[in-house]
Amino acid sequence: MSALAQQIGTPWKKPPFIKNAMLRMVLLVGFIVYFFMALNSMEVNWSRVYQGLDRGWKFVTAFAHPDFCSRASDIKEGMIESVIMTVTSTVVGIAISIPIALGAARNIAPLPVYIVCRFIIAVSRALNEIIVAILFVAIFGFGPLAGFLTLSFATIGFLAKLLAEDIEDMNKVQAEAVKATGASWMQWINFGVQPQVMPRLIGLSIYRLDINFRESAVLGLVGAGGIGATLNTAFDRYEFDTVAAILLIIIVVVMALEYISGIIRARVQ
Amino acid sequence: MPISEKNGTKVWQVRDRNGQLLRWAMWMAVAIIFYISWMKISDQTTWYFVFDAPRIAADIGGRAFPPRWEYIAKLGKPVWDTVNIATLGTIFALCMAVPVAFLAARNTTPSKTFIRPLALLVIVSTRSINSLIWALLLVSIIGPGVFAGMVAISIRSIGFCAKLLYEAIEEIDENQVEAVTATGASRWQVMVYGIVPQILPAFAGIAVFRWDINIRESTVLGLVGAGGIGLQLQSSLNILAWPQVSLILLLILVAVVLGEWVSAKVRGAII
Repeated sequence: MSALAQQIGTPWKKPPFIKNAMLRMVLLVGFIVYFFMALNSMEVNWSRVYQGLDRGWKFVTAFAHPDFCSRASDIKEGMIESVIMTVTSTVVGIAISIPIALGAARNIAPLPVYIVCRFIIAVSRALNEIIVAILFVAIFGFGPLAGFLTLSFATIGFLAKLLAEDIEDMNKVQAEAVKATGASWMQWINFGVQPQVMPRLIGLSIYRLDINFRESAVLGLVGAGGIGATLNTAFDRYEFDTVAAILLIIIVVVMALEYISGIIRARVQ
Repeated sequence: MPISEKNGTKVWQVRDRNGQLLRWAMWMAVAIIFYISWMKISDQTTWYFVFDAPRIAADIGGRAFPPRWEYIAKLGKPVWDTVNIATLGTIFALCMAVPVAFLAARNTTPSKTFIRPLALLVIVSTRSINSLIWALLLVSIIGPGVFAGMVAISIRSIGFCAKLLYEAIEEIDENQVEAVTATGASRWQVMVYGIVPQILPAFAGIAVFRWDINIRESTVLGLVGAGGIGLQLQSSLNILAWPQVSLILLLILVAVVLGEWVSAKVRGAII
């Protein structure tokens, strides 16, 4: 018997993803226990869900005949507000995040500056846009200004972090060569560092423009301007045709932005 | 090399004249667009409130400052709900994202002309709508509660996970797939032994990354009635209970930082 087993060998088995058997079992059991605990604590009112299916179906069919017309002026106003919020906040956000990114790159900035800039980035990233918007609405009042400030603030965390990482990854030799010519600090940044990170900066800026537009669509829910307010009202009135129209516009704009950003990013890189 | 003459000596320049003009025109266009947009915002702003803002901010800060620590006893369940929304939402999203990703990837899709565009449409439409809007919609369809929040998070995550996953599938090493095919493996065996092992690390990374994002997003879903700690935030804001608001914000901050820490650790262990 053993001779036979020796001749044909034991069948091959796929190696497991997590090699440590003990850890694998603990993770698996822990996961299953948690999964069922979490499912149990979730109260689902199935009769309510069943009632709502009707409305859900109405929403789905609304996409077949979206109503752009009856609230056309509201939609147009909301969209314009969203767009101007997106544009201004992206411009201002980039303008602020470039110096912060320089400060947050360890190979350029001294330690105290580095710590301050990293702290700013961490704060900006940790706070959700909606929460920031609520605070800004409370402080600055309703309207697109609060939304503009929120998006600018959020842009700083995103752009400065990724840009700083790119600056830290840059080729030192080029920057050193520029420094060796006797360039001043500004010239060093401008001719040694900037050309290396420019493609990435352009790509990130366009990506952030895209994100800012998407975010501007929800800021209206808390009163910070943009298309979100119109959307919220339409939901409250169960005007699913209008909702479908607004969502379609958002999807189309996001798709267009993504397409354009793809082209531009391919060209600069 | 663009060179300009200045007092008879040649001076090096970065760009020639046309390039310089083009750049100048671009900056001008950006400046004009920015100015017009800014004027629109400025028109709709009550500047009196803005000038008053430092005082208001100080006032709110003063009211919020000692957070009402006793309130934390009431926040245990909402935090648990929030984490559940994020975790279960991520799990269900991954279950749906995997087939979509396989249908969308150029090298695994059954039909490039019919099914791939459909899968891409699913990815784009779920991705471009914020989870808060999904939550708003689902609350009006299936009623307020944790369940609506979970479904909203999972729908929103499908597109994100599927997009990253299908890019990972398209980047796999074809040689391994060919080698497995050459042994006479069936389509499914090729999938399990040729493709899946290659994308498993990417998959785990995506899962943890999205879970981290979902923790952030699920903290605010309560604002539209979809359960979690956002519900407490909303009610505290409505009664202007700033000490409670500051405590909740602090808790959210801790949750987000913890989530990021866990995800960074796990990703570091995988990759």
